[in-house]
Amino acid sequence: MKKIKSLADLRKSKADTLARIHAKEKIRIRVHMGTSGLASGAKEIFDFLTVELEKRSINGIVVGTGDMGYCFAEPTIEVTRPGEDPVVFGNVDKLKADEIIEKFIKNGYYVEGLLPVNYQTIN
Amino acid sequence: MAKQKKQLLVCGGKSCSSHNSEVLYDNLCLELEANALENEVSVVRSGCFGLCHLGPVVMVMPEKVVYVKVNPDDTRDIIAEHLIKGRKVERLLYHDPVSGKIIPEEKDFAPLKKQMRIVLRNCGIIDPENIEEAIAHDAYEALGRVLTEMKPADVIRIIRDSGLRGRGGGGFPTGLKWEIAYNNKSDEKYVVCNADEGDPGAFMDRSVLEGDPHAVLEAMAICGYSIGAGKGLIYIRAEYPLAVARLKTAIRQARDYGLLGDDIMGTGFSFDIEIRYGAGAFVCGEETALIHSMEGLRGEPTVKPPFPAESGFRGKPTNVNNVETFACISPIILKGAKWFSSIGTEKSKGTKVFALAGKINNVGLIEVPMGITLREVIYEIGGGIRNGKKFKAAQTGGPSGGCLTEKHLDTPIDFDNLLAAGSMMGSGGMIVMDEDDCMVSVARFFLDFTVEESCGKCSPCRIGNKRLHELLDHITKGKGVPADLDRLMNMSMVIKDTSLCGLGQSSPNPVLSTLNNFREEYEAHVTVKKCPAGQCRDLMEYFIISENCVGCTACARVCPVNAITGERKETHTINPSICIKCGACIEKCKFDAVIIR
Repeated sequence: MKKIKSLADLRKSKADTLARIHAKEKIRIRVHMGTSGLASGAKEIFDFLTVELEKRSINGIVVGTGDMGYCFAEPTIEVTRPGEDPVVFGNVDKLKADEIIEKFIKNGYYVEGLLPVNYQTIN
Repeated sequence: MAKQKKQLLVCGGKSCSSHNSEVLYDNLCLELEANALENEVSVVRSGCFGLCHLGPVVMVMPEKVVYVKVNPDDTRDIIAEHLIKGRKVERLLYHDPVSGKIIPEEKDFAPLKKQMRIVLRNCGIIDPENIEEAIAHDAYEALGRVLTEMKPADVIRIIRDSGLRGRGGGGFPTGLKWEIAYNNKSDEKYVVCNADEGDPGAFMDRSVLEGDPHAVLEAMAICGYSIGAGKGLIYIRAEYPLAVARLKTAIRQARDYGLLGDDIMGTGFSFDIEIRYGAGAFVCGEETALIHSMEGLRGEPTVKPPFPAESGFRGKPTNVNNVETFACISPIILKGAKWFSSIGTEKSKGTKVFALAGKINNVGLIEVPMGITLREVIYEIGGGIRNGKKFKAAQTGGPSGGCLTEKHLDTPIDFDNLLAAGSMMGSGGMIVMDEDDCMVSVARFFLDFTVEESCGKCSPCRIGNKRLHELLDHITKGKGVPADLDRLMNMSMVIKDTSLCGLGQSSPNPVLSTLNNFREEYEAHVTVKKCPAGQCRDLMEYFIISENCVGCTACARVCPVNAITGERKETHTINPSICIKCGACIEKCKFDAVIIR
């Protein structure tokens, strides 16, 4: 950990982290773990994905985040394949998570339960 | 598996399903097989697109072409034209009603862009327990710019020009609030974040704190710099343990990184934040009561003036803003006042987060530009009413607000229009009710809450609300008389006019607004003693239709109080004086012979 002593330091930290996040060839999974997600079992999915990625030798990282607001479909996860747009899946249980790994993460095929993006971002 | 070239997404939302999207799905699969394409193209049911009025929707990936109002018979065209020949099926594309242009692709598709995430920009995107991820998503950049490039007055001007209004409910201009605190000279000032989210059904503040706590910390520091405060306090209810834990982690990390504490980013500005816990009293969302609670006193409001900006926490000038308001600050600094004020309506700028709850398909948080209509929120983003029932009303502003009805469906939602409609923005809870909800019961439910939450300091609120609740209770139990309706009206007005703080001044709103919009429903309760929605148990009577009854005795056997009598194969009857209206007989009857009347 480095202390940020100026605006330049802050911007350097930003660039470093972005470079790390967007490291090539790495699958990035976000498990939405706010109150609503956790109450529907997001922690279990987080653990399952962490273990299974390792077991199936997939180069990826699982991160816990807050909720996106999709309370009707929790637990939700977001998967980003390298160089592609992120895709969100809802109502994920272990079976669904397994299907997502095998079909989407490995081959890029969508699976049922995909939640279309229906918002604009500010960036 | 051969590499699939294309994928078809078929909306599997509730509304599209009721418009034959299942048959459409099957047809697409069959048609693909008929063309021997099943290995190259797959069909996948997706979640709701939020395009229910244009459904059923099919999206072709990877080119992201959207087809709307697709009938099961249209599958042949999509496959033969689009997938085989590579030509878009023009008649199924979306025709923009304003410009008349055809919009083939998702990126230009306006109805898919109804939501806009400013407050929720990082929720679900960053790891809230990792400050580096927050920094990578622009956290503290605005603070850095403010501290190095701007004077306090410049910041206040930007916030004022942006038109940002307080998101906690009242809609007071934030820039003006900061300016008043700035102008009050004092050796010590405080910035307070109001995270005492008390509206039943509202949880946007919790989601922001859980998903993006640094957005709030940064904005509080910006506010501190602008008004000349060195200390920030977050008043949060102890019922939000996860939000509290993540806030604590975020504060600790920000201190470790030198983004809170002494000499932030080498600019000489010092600012630190502490957490204060609330016990969850609704009245503590009122700023004077909140400040008293933080001082260790009873959470009771005091008369304004003096406003907190003059004499607040420990008698010092204090600026209180809500979580959502703070979450708007850094984007305004980074993208400019002009950008923010270009979103929304004339007097309400920016976006608002709503918590959709009740009888709606897509329950959850949404963030939409001000000025969106209720129809768009409920029927497009919200996916419509559950089980295809009819929309009756939507309560906004929680127990302080009122209901919006069918006639308000096309009113643009902003602070002023909601007030004009007899409701208010509040913190953004939106409870949707369908035809099965009794409006008298709804008003009683909210009064239940305010009676419980009244602090008891002033009599109009303490006694008046209790009496109001009693009257409503009487009416739902069939003991009301027609004169009660005028009594409700008068009492409500007196409570509104004479209560000390916002709680009492707004607590009769649900009564007034349901009475104004659904007077005939109240009248049915007090005159013919019937509940048109069939919800008030005391006004219902269970009855067996003799033509339908075959005398199977199933109802009599399931009745827990033996209120049903009748011989085998003969018509049964229910004795209303014994019946407890549990509904067991209705569930059991296979011949629709038991009805409620």
